[in-house]
Amino acid sequence: MLILASNLQAARSQMAFTLGFHIILASLGVALPALMLIANYRGLRHDDGAALKLAQRWSKAVAVTFAVGAVTGTVLSFEFGLLWPAFTGRFGDVFGILFAIEGVCFFLEAIFIAIYIFGWNYLAPWTHFWTGVPVVITGLGGAFSVVGVNSWMNQPQGYSPTTGKVTSVEPLKVIFNPAVPYEVPHMILAAYLVTGFLVASIYAVGMLRGRRDRIHRLGLLIPLTVACIATPIQFAVGDTAARSIAKDQPIKFAAMECVETTQTDVTEYLGGRCTPNGVKGGIGIPGLDSFLVGWSTSTQVTGLDSVPSADRPPADTMLHWAFDTMVGICTLLIGLALWLGIGWLRKRDVPQSRWFLRATAVSGVASVLALECGWIVTEVGRQPWIVYNVMHTSDAVTHAGGIWVTFAVVLALYVVLGAALIITLRAMSQHWRTSDEQDVDVPYGPEPPPPSGLVTEAPG
Amino acid sequence: MSKADAVAAVLWISATMYAVFGGADFGAGLWSLVAGIGRRGRRARDLIDWAIGPVWEANHVWLIFALVVLWTGFSPAFEAVFSTLFVPLSLAALGIVLRGSGFAFHHTARRTRGQALAARVFGLASVLTPFFMGTVVGAVAGGRVPVGNASGNHISSWLNPLSLVIGALFVSTGAYLSAVFLVSDARRAGAPDLERYFGTRALGSALVTGALAVVGLIALHKDARYVFDRLVGDGLPLVIVSLVCGSVVLVLLHRGIQRGARLLAAGAVTAVIWAWGVAQYPYLLPQKLTLAGAAAPSATLTSVLIVFGVAVVVVFPSLGLLYMLVQRNLVQETTSRPDPHLTDYDGVTAARRPQPD
Repeated sequence: MLILASNLQAARSQMAFTLGFHIILASLGVALPALMLIANYRGLRHDDGAALKLAQRWSKAVAVTFAVGAVTGTVLSFEFGLLWPAFTGRFGDVFGILFAIEGVCFFLEAIFIAIYIFGWNYLAPWTHFWTGVPVVITGLGGAFSVVGVNSWMNQPQGYSPTTGKVTSVEPLKVIFNPAVPYEVPHMILAAYLVTGFLVASIYAVGMLRGRRDRIHRLGLLIPLTVACIATPIQFAVGDTAARSIAKDQPIKFAAMECVETTQTDVTEYLGGRCTPNGVKGGIGIPGLDSFLVGWSTSTQVTGLDSVPSADRPPADTMLHWAFDTMVGICTLLIGLALWLGIGWLRKRDVPQSRWFLRATAVSGVASVLALECGWIVTEVGRQPWIVYNVMHTSDAVTHAGGIWVTFAVVLALYVVLGAALIITLRAMSQHWRTSDEQDVDVPYGPEPPPPSGLVTEAPG
Repeated sequence: MSKADAVAAVLWISATMYAVFGGADFGAGLWSLVAGIGRRGRRARDLIDWAIGPVWEANHVWLIFALVVLWTGFSPAFEAVFSTLFVPLSLAALGIVLRGSGFAFHHTARRTRGQALAARVFGLASVLTPFFMGTVVGAVAGGRVPVGNASGNHISSWLNPLSLVIGALFVSTGAYLSAVFLVSDARRAGAPDLERYFGTRALGSALVTGALAVVGLIALHKDARYVFDRLVGDGLPLVIVSLVCGSVVLVLLHRGIQRGARLLAAGAVTAVIWAWGVAQYPYLLPQKLTLAGAAAPSATLTSVLIVFGVAVVVVFPSLGLLYMLVQRNLVQETTSRPDPHLTDYDGVTAARRPQPD
């Protein structure tokens, strides 16, 4: 029993870490191709050489991040068996079909990334542009499938019986489960938002260092515009999601908001520490939590005390803070979006002030932080369930030993992997800056001719 | 043929693709590792680098697809295999991560000093993954994986003569496939000395593979009688096909004929994999779990088949388009570069269609 408890902790840590790492790359894989195509479109439509150059650079960044994302994604598929065999053993035949769809999307995405990169040399400009479109569509399809699985874990349906071996499955009910309408758009918008701010922040740093050429201005403007459009929509979608969670997964919501007892007129707390006797510290706004849930302060909000303590999520203070941090960052980013919007309306240009550039430079890291916080809310908030109200995470974990070892190895490997990725992307960027040529080799790229050194000892 | 059988066929097709395409890549990593530091070793490594450089990891996809089909179509088998065989599968995954990273950074690492280390890691990982995948297959064939969450022995299930021989067999098969492929690559690169170099290695690895196969059969006879009996029963025609294909390849290489060598080598591997499938049928875990017993509910199986059908319809034409471009690239690389249209922006003259490379 002791071994299993320790297994659970190790398995959850490893899963959290590998997913938290992959989610950044996955977001880039979903949204960076779209930025690349926007630049490509602009370049062709307005005969804009700088935009075309950006499109080509971004396509190379897409190739590198996608290749690393393929690695971290493969690890996740192994973890379904290595960490959670009983979960996959019991429900793999229910949610698995979504992953089969994802597999096809992933394959197509890889193929069209390769075609697009080849196409720079060998396709007519507009044909080339259109070969990039499937990359964007399959990225969305893949995101739908994977987040669909997570939605199903939050709102399981479409199978029977609910206890024991599953004997009947309704795939459409699984695929379109009740959490899909808010979870999938929330994640896709998050991907666009994070990618947009992340890319914009890189060019903002460049501009702060005095590189204010057209490449940098456009490299900041395109992603920032996309992100600034996505942010307010994300706020509204997130708000809807929170209300749906209050209804569908009331205990997760109670933990997010530190609601101890079921009651009306619930105070909304910003920050603070969750205790069995209510929130200590923090800023309280009386009645607001009830109002946000049901548009009236007399709305009843389900509290944690409605379920036995064993069925409540752990670390509710952390959950509460994660939720507040995510919402807080999104609010600040809306401020940045307004700044850009007003600046644009007044001068038809990106605001050039150092403070605007500094804010943009920070927005990348901030949006990644918000992304991670959101993932913590949805995953930790579902605990102790792996399938909400159906299967405990502790019943899903492997009985094999040695997870602490694999976790340690994964930790070390991913640190190296992350560092190598950042070093590589930086080296690419430096290369672009110093030599105006485009001779950066990337995965999926065209095959170079055989090394001339090989052609010796020719047949006589 | 039942629906479960059809899904099992999909699983086997994915596994075959992985074995043929992945196997050759793994083998190339092995040859790179043992090529040595002399002038010829360096030239061999250069060829390998060039030959596998552009091969993007389609293998990942076949492997992931096989895993997904296994857990969707036959989830109890997936649970049993991945829990009991936690150790070898973790090590195989480690190899995949290292190799995948090698692919991701291969091109960019070309210019950096860490390249030698990266090459060594890549080579080691190329041995690690097929070897441990082989021990997994040995454990399954040997009936050492019972149903349930880690119900089998965590160590002896895969650390036994049968598993070890099959692990070694996987490594040598990859080496053989890859050597055959590299002979063609050497010809394409115009390096006849390397053609001979890899021709010798193809022959050597073929002999080793043959010897290991015989040892494997003995181990199977002793350890996994059910599978052995079926292998030399219903599976025999496929075993013979594999033997014939493998031998013809050697004759072709010996006579310097390229045509068909790759295809026949791949055929030899494919025949063995399907012989194994026939030998296990109708079991997924021999004498412990049948296909029908592990199969998902009917609607799930139908969905898997639909998704596979869609995959065949959309993925293969896309792959075809990609290969067409690759071929065109090869043609143009050797003639001339396309003519860029030039235009001005920001006072800088640049290619309107920026040129990679």
